Amino acid sequence: MTTIEPMPVITPERPRKSLGDTLRNGLPKLVLAPSFAVILIFVYGFILWTITLSFTTSRILPVYKWGGFDAYFRLWSQPNWYVAMQNLAIFGILYIALCTAIGLFIAILMDQRIRAEGVLRPIFLYPMALSFVVTGTAWKWFLNPGLGLEHTMRNLGWESFAFDWLVNPNMAIYTVVIAGVWQASGFIMAMFLAGLRGIDGEIIKAAQIDGASTVSIYRRIIIPLLRPVFLSAFIVLAHMAIKSYDLVIALTGGGPGNATELPSTFMYSYTFNRNQMNVGSASAVMMLMGITAIIVPYLYSELREKKQ
Amino acid sequence: MSAAPETISAGSARFTRYFIYGALIILAVVYLLPLYVMLSTSFKSLDEIRGGDMLALPTDPSIAAWVKAWGEACIGVSCVGIKGYFWNSIKMVVPAVIISTLLGALNGYVLTKWRFPGHKIVFGMMLFACFIPFQAVLIPMARLLGLMGLSNSTTGLVMVHVIYGLGFTTLFFRNYYEAFPDELVKAAMIDGAGFFRIFWRILLPSSGPIIVVTVIYQFTNIWNDFLFGVSFSSGEASPMTVALNNLVSSSTGVKEYNVDMAAAVFAALPTLFVYVVAGRYFVRGLMAGAVKG
Repeated sequence: MTTIEPMPVITPERPRKSLGDTLRNGLPKLVLAPSFAVILIFVYGFILWTITLSFTTSRILPVYKWGGFDAYFRLWSQPNWYVAMQNLAIFGILYIALCTAIGLFIAILMDQRIRAEGVLRPIFLYPMALSFVVTGTAWKWFLNPGLGLEHTMRNLGWESFAFDWLVNPNMAIYTVVIAGVWQASGFIMAMFLAGLRGIDGEIIKAAQIDGASTVSIYRRIIIPLLRPVFLSAFIVLAHMAIKSYDLVIALTGGGPGNATELPSTFMYSYTFNRNQMNVGSASAVMMLMGITAIIVPYLYSELREKKQ
Repeated sequence: MSAAPETISAGSARFTRYFIYGALIILAVVYLLPLYVMLSTSFKSLDEIRGGDMLALPTDPSIAAWVKAWGEACIGVSCVGIKGYFWNSIKMVVPAVIISTLLGALNGYVLTKWRFPGHKIVFGMMLFACFIPFQAVLIPMARLLGLMGLSNSTTGLVMVHVIYGLGFTTLFFRNYYEAFPDELVKAAMIDGAGFFRIFWRILLPSSGPIIVVTVIYQFTNIWNDFLFGVSFSSGEASPMTVALNNLVSSSTGVKEYNVDMAAAVFAALPTLFVYVVAGRYFVRGLMAGAVKG
C-alpha cells in the first residue's frame, strides 16, 4: 500500500516553506507523539527502572545502591520461587492443553449444523466476561469441602465421595486449573469455530467423494488446516497463564500454605508484604523474560508476514 | 466450513446426532452450573445453605443477602456494603474507556494514513506493550503515583488504565483503518481537507464497529482488573473487584456465603450485561486482541 508522508522536498516554485506548512506536515506526528512518549516512559522506562531495582539492595523502599546479582541469587535460592515455578509449569501446561483440547472438541461439535447454536455459544462464552475474582469466588464456594460439591454428592447418596482439593496442598493447584479452564475454554472454542468456518468446503467435499471417513477428514485435513488457530490459542493462553494473579488470589489466596504460589503472587508478596523489593523486582524481570521469549518471535513473524 | 461431513449409514448417523447433542447439553450444564449455584445461593438464607444442598433451588427465596451486600456488608472495618466500590469502578471505567479509545483512534489514523519513516517500529513497540506482565511496571508506577499524590485515587487508576490500554486501542484502530481505502483520504486531501477534518468527516463516521469493539474490550478489561486496583488503592478508594475479594476473604465473624455470592453477582453484572447485549462484538474484540498483524 502506498504511504502518505509529509514531504520535506523544497520545490523550485515554492522556495520557502511557510510556518503553517511545517506545522501541517508535523501535525500527525504531533498527535501520535504523546501516546508514544507515554508508552516509552511508562512501559519501557519503567521496565528499565524495575531491572535497575533488581540490581540494588532495595528492601522496603527503593534504594539505589548497587547490589550486583545478589537479588537473583536470593531469588533462585528461595524454595518459594521453586514452588512458584513448578506450579506455573503444572498450571500452564494443563491450562493450555485442556483449554485447547476442550475448546477444539466443543468447536467441532458446534460445527455439525447444530440447531441451537445461538443458544449454546453464549453459554460456553459467558465465563470470559467475568472477572477472575468473580470466577475465583464462585469456584471457591462450588468446591467448598464442607458445603459444596462434596456435600452435594454425599446428599445424592455417594457417601464416600471426598473432594478436598481446595484445602489439600497437593491438589490445590488443580482447582486453579479447573476454574481457569472453565473461564477460558469457551473463548478458545470461539477461536476454533471461526477457524473451522473459514475452511474451504470444497476440500472437504473432495475428500468425502474419495471415501474418507469423518474422523480421518478431521484428523488428516481439517485439524492440520487449523494450525494458525492453534498458534494463536497457544500465545493467548501462555500469556494469560504467566500473568494470572487474580484467580489464584480469589480462589486459594496462594495457599494452603504456599501450595498455589505462582510467580505473579510471589512477586507481589515479596515486593509489597515481605519488604524484599529487589527480589520482587528480580522475579518480575524473570516473568518479563518468559513472556518476551514467547511474544517477540510471534509478533515478529506476524508483522513480517504482513509486509510480504 | 459449515457442511458437516455426512456419515454413511442412517443408523450410525442418528447415533452420531444423539452423541453430539448429548455431549453439548452436558457441557452446557457444566458451564452454567457455577453461575446457577452463585445465583441460587444468593437467594437462600444461611440456615438453608448450611443444612441444604448447594444445587437445590431456594425454598424460600429472599433478596436479603442482596440488600445486605449492596448496603450493609462489612468490608474491612466499614460496614456500608459494596455500593461505594461499585461507583468507584464506574468512575474509573468511564473516563478511562473514553480517553483510551479516542487516543487509540487518533493513533491508528496516524499509523495508517499519515505514515512516516519508522512507523513500523513505533507500532511494534506499542504492540509489545500490550503483552508485558504488569508486574514489571508495578513498583515504578506505585512510586510515581505516590510522588504525584495520586496513589489511592480514582484519578490515578484512570491514568494507569489509559496508559496500559493504549497499546490495545491503537492496535484495534490501526488494523481497522489499514483496510480503509486510501483513495478517499487522498481525494479529501486534494480538496484541501486537513488532518483533523479528514479524521472527523471521513474516518470516524465509518468507524462504528471498531469503536464498539474497542469500548467493550476496554470496559471489560478495566472493570475486571484486580492487580492495579489492589496495588494502587486501598480502603474506600478501591474498585469493585478489590472490595469483593476483601469481602470474601475476610475471616472475621460468621461466613455469609449468600452475601458473598450476591456481591460476586453485582461485580459480574456490568460485564455480563455488556456481553448479553453485544456478545457478537465482545467476541470479535477478544479475537482482534488475539490475532495480531
